[in-house]
Amino acid sequence: METKKIKRVDFIFSQDFKVSEVLFNTFKKTRDEILQEIIDSDLKGRGGAGFPTGLKWKAAKEDKITEKYIICNADEGEPGTFKDRAILEEASQKVFGGMAICAKVIGAKKGWIYLRGEYKFLIPHLRKEMAIFHDMLHNELGFDFTIDIFTGSGAYVCGEETALLQSMEGKRGEPRNKPPYPTNIGLYNKPTVVNNVETLVLSMMVVKIGAEEFKKLGIQDARGGKLFSVSGDTPKSGIHELEFGMLLSDFVEEFGDGDTKAVQVGGASGFCVPRKKFDTTTIGYKGKLKGTSLPTGGSMMLFNSSRSMYNVLHNYLEFFAEESCGQCTPCRVGTQQLLKGIEAIKKGEKSHEYLEALLSLSETMKLTSKCGLGQSVANSFSSIVENFREEMIY
Amino acid sequence: MSKKAMINITIDGVKLSMPEGSTILDAAKKENIRIPTLCYHEDLCVAGNCRICVVEVDGWHTLAPSCSTPLMEGMVIHTTTPKVRKARKDIIALLVSEHDTQCTTCYRSTNCEFQALAAEYNVDNAVYLSVLKPNIELDRSSWSVEKDESKCVRCQRCVRTCAELQKVNALAVTRKGRHMKISTFMDLPMNEVVCTNCGQCIIHCPTGALTERRYFDHIWDAIGNPEKHVIINTAPSVRVALGEVLGFPVGTRVTGKMVTALKKIGFHSVLDTDFAADLTIVEEGHELLQRLKRAIVDKEDVALPMITSCSPGWVKFIEHMYPEYLQHLSTCKSPQQMFGAMAKTYYAGKMGLDPKNIVSVAGMPCAAKKFEANRPEMKSSGFQDVDAGLTTREIAMMIKQAGINFLELDDSKFDSIMGASTGAGVIFGATGGVMEAALRTVYEVVTGKDVPFKNLNILPVRGLESIKEATIKIEGCKPEYSFLEGVELKVAIAHGLLNARIIMDQIVAGKSPYHFIEVMACPGGCIGGGGQPIPTNNEIRQKRINAIYAEDEGMPIRKSHENPEIKQIYKDFLKEPLGLKSHHLLHTKYTKRNRY
Repeated sequence: METKKIKRVDFIFSQDFKVSEVLFNTFKKTRDEILQEIIDSDLKGRGGAGFPTGLKWKAAKEDKITEKYIICNADEGEPGTFKDRAILEEASQKVFGGMAICAKVIGAKKGWIYLRGEYKFLIPHLRKEMAIFHDMLHNELGFDFTIDIFTGSGAYVCGEETALLQSMEGKRGEPRNKPPYPTNIGLYNKPTVVNNVETLVLSMMVVKIGAEEFKKLGIQDARGGKLFSVSGDTPKSGIHELEFGMLLSDFVEEFGDGDTKAVQVGGASGFCVPRKKFDTTTIGYKGKLKGTSLPTGGSMMLFNSSRSMYNVLHNYLEFFAEESCGQCTPCRVGTQQLLKGIEAIKKGEKSHEYLEALLSLSETMKLTSKCGLGQSVANSFSSIVENFREEMIY
Repeated sequence: MSKKAMINITIDGVKLSMPEGSTILDAAKKENIRIPTLCYHEDLCVAGNCRICVVEVDGWHTLAPSCSTPLMEGMVIHTTTPKVRKARKDIIALLVSEHDTQCTTCYRSTNCEFQALAAEYNVDNAVYLSVLKPNIELDRSSWSVEKDESKCVRCQRCVRTCAELQKVNALAVTRKGRHMKISTFMDLPMNEVVCTNCGQCIIHCPTGALTERRYFDHIWDAIGNPEKHVIINTAPSVRVALGEVLGFPVGTRVTGKMVTALKKIGFHSVLDTDFAADLTIVEEGHELLQRLKRAIVDKEDVALPMITSCSPGWVKFIEHMYPEYLQHLSTCKSPQQMFGAMAKTYYAGKMGLDPKNIVSVAGMPCAAKKFEANRPEMKSSGFQDVDAGLTTREIAMMIKQAGINFLELDDSKFDSIMGASTGAGVIFGATGGVMEAALRTVYEVVTGKDVPFKNLNILPVRGLESIKEATIKIEGCKPEYSFLEGVELKVAIAHGLLNARIIMDQIVAGKSPYHFIEVMACPGGCIGGGGQPIPTNNEIRQKRINAIYAEDEGMPIRKSHENPEIKQIYKDFLKEPLGLKSHHLLHTKYTKRNRY
């Protein structure tokens, strides 16, 4: 199994280059050249799902409708994730720069930062930085592209890109049917690229150092570095920029408190890995790798032996039952059933065999839910139930 | 028009070519494969939220909702694999766990899409724990619409109906997650919000979550009371739809059987709303002529275009949405209310009855008629003019409760007086019908000649097109109407409140080119009313419309002013159209209402 030792990367918060210079050099290239560089780099979306960024841009670029938009998804809501906030606080110029590069490639003149409602306090800072950026972009580079801020209202589901678009259009934040995808029918039915904050910063990295250099970081299907939000039972909680492809055991050695029994990779919608699987789990996107490889939007929650995994799961299910938008049956009712079901088993009102019915239900939710929210509930549910079964029952 | 590209797919082993933009569900229908649906309705945009219609597509990690998934080249689709069946069964079981499953006491039992699905998939009520919210209160605040959240499957068909077909938005999705529900502005009761009572949400609801307020038990009591004289008048669109619930194919006219059944039930007199429709035409036609005279001759600032007021859903809509434009509404009461006022005055007198002992029932295709009957101003006879409005569905229910074998009944004729009707009265039931009936009368009043259309059939005003227009040049006027000589009378017809809004916005913008507009709240007019049999869709609407016009063609008299009982009532009682008695009994006023 190909893995990498834990290696720190310093790009996202690095001060050793100027955004304007990168843009100046990039804009000398053709749109196709820039796009090819992004595609070649194998850069994948850093929000969690890991869709290839280059292909997303390509789809929007090729759409015949001329008015297009780029949206920076800063609705960072996954439990245990707090990296985008740090990026916006400390490296917003790079975010804007990434948006400008995307705008150049797809042909957008307008972009938005969809800012999580709870991050409203960042607005004055962002506005100030944005004014500097616009001044540079319009007056030094003569590039016609303007960014604005749209503030969310606190619904977790609006981090899902089509719910985000609905919310921006003033509608209820509910995911749309896909296909069609936002790259063809997005905001106000215009081709729209929605990229995570970190993805946009990394697209700057790609054009700065080139696809070949970028690909030297990470492993097969997970190239580059990644910001990790480390939390839970760890002496080193906080944000760490690390190379992709590390073994979870190495991660735990570096960040654990010596008594780590499980790591939740990817937040409430991610997977729980028990101690016995630390050695065989790498952090990256699922691909051609043998063994288990887990994607993550960056949330790494460590739990030591003092924690009840029942409580952890209960907490996640409470969260999902509240944060489901409620429109589709499997997610709205399924989340309630999983929650009520584990409560009933714990209280002895249902036999432990009911866990099998619930696991089967979570599989139905994965197969039939409308969006990633309902589809991913099964991730944490099945990985916690299967690995900590006795904690669910007794 | 460019020809659409064709997409080649395989569905359940059958190779198929479908136009680009078609969905998996379209392909299945083409192949006669029935995929179960719940949130899907032909009238509405696709929501894709119930997930019951999922199917398996080769190469896909998740199942695909067939209603919302567009076909893609080379797609290989399987509609009944074990994986698909298991998923559907699970989803139905989840909905069951959220549902009040007391089907025995549900009004929609045996006509419930959800009940049928649960039965089809043989879903066990005990699969999952009940997550039905405790203490859900039934909203019975409205005269017309009853809302029971415990029966709601959250398919949002009502929400889409209220938004897309009617653009009223009284119902909306509120909250999220496990608290998500269909509610109103600030959770206000139904009688306090913009709800027009059109009942379109009811006929689009797959379950018993939205139903009409039911009054038939009171009618049974009245019929059993020897002191009461109970009469019923039935609207034209009831007779072309009632059969659907009682074993006849869609579009069957059951007028005679309906009359027989109602007599068997025990109504003392079974009368025809068409009589009152004819009365409405005479009054409304003269009102139009009066308005035109005041505008053209007297140069008064009179509100034109004049708009019909027969549809109580439409009337409440304009009261909420365009309260500054109420003067455009004809002051004529609807046929139901004209009938009620005449029943407890003219009819009582002729029959030698004390009006306080008359129970006047209206059999209507409509939910809003229940509200209309209870409007406080509708007491011009000195009593409540109409005691109860029943829907077509309630009438069918009463016929079933009476144990009548409807299929085998002989035909009977309506009773007299106030039972005679014309073809003009009949066509009130279809969109454009009021306009056609009015034109048949107005043109003849003005010129003394038939309206210049073959067989009196004014085809431009008929059909399901969203907004219809017609222009009629008036020629050869009688001396008293010489001011109309050569005038091109411009009319328009809108059905469905979405279209009503378009018509009203033209008026607001000062750009309405019309003299006279017919508006019906429900798509298709009364034949598609909120009190009609469920389901209703465009195919069914068209069949009911065809039945209406067939009924008209078969009538010996097809002009309202030629109805012998109408001539009689003016001679004996009302004296003249727009006269003093008419003013008191047949005309009304309107109320400004809130905007939420």
